[in-house]
Amino acid sequence: MMTIPRFSELQLGFELPSLQLPAINRTTLALYAGASGDHNQVHIDLDFARKSRQPDVFAHGMLSAAYLGRLLTNWVPQEQIRALSVRFVGITHLGHIPHLSGRVVEKFEADGEQRVRVQLQCSNQYGESRLVGDAVVALA
Amino acid sequence: MADKSLIGRSLGVTTAEVEKGRLRFFAKSIGETDPIYTDETAARAAGYKSLPMPPTFLFCLEREGRDTDHIIEGIMGFDLGRILHAEQGFTYHKMAFAGDVLTFDCRVVDVYEKKNGALLFVVSETRVTNQDGEHIADVRSSTVQR
Repeated sequence: MMTIPRFSELQLGFELPSLQLPAINRTTLALYAGASGDHNQVHIDLDFARKSRQPDVFAHGMLSAAYLGRLLTNWVPQEQIRALSVRFVGITHLGHIPHLSGRVVEKFEADGEQRVRVQLQCSNQYGESRLVGDAVVALA
Repeated sequence: MADKSLIGRSLGVTTAEVEKGRLRFFAKSIGETDPIYTDETAARAAGYKSLPMPPTFLFCLEREGRDTDHIIEGIMGFDLGRILHAEQGFTYHKMAFAGDVLTFDCRVVDVYEKKNGALLFVVSETRVTNQDGEHIADVRSSTVQR
């Protein structure tokens, strides 16, 4: 059972419980293409990827964004998430191991409720940033 | 090629149902282990009417029934092999669940260049409502051509 963090007890700099995924492989990408409806061939068809001047297929940016969603819903019930935004800063290649982390960087009040801003990051096993973003979460 | 005259252009209004099987498939594809996203009994025990739609799944349903290749090539004037997803944002007002039918009203809200025109960005925003007309979310996407 999840222990829901309380606004008053959260300090700036608090690190969310991190999440590490298995290495990205072709099956990961095939499943995500089917489930997400993003059938862009550059993620699933090696021949097409090569024609697009890529050495191989690579991961959908939104797959890593979905992992960041998991990082958040592992921490708080989803109904407390007010916003989630990400910027794609690097390509996730086959063999990359996504490491998801989040840190509370701001506590504020808006629309009559207490909220925190969480800085989000998805990096690979080499410490290279692949996605950066932030989320706003309401806390009692 | 896209320019500022594209701002305000509608990219269509589409409707998509939040399907239970699709949510389970999505959960599998992202390695989700929390049973509330796959098991209705667990979802109900958590106080939900059915399986909840996870935070980024809106992006998936937004594409449904929309010819994204035509939007990228025909409307934005981009070359499919040269574009990248630059940014994606969601603002949530209310959760959605399996069985809900969502309407996506999408339009271009910004077009701009960076690096003296070497990079061209097109930003779209989508207002999402459910079958009861409730405003459940806003989705913002930025696409860049290199």
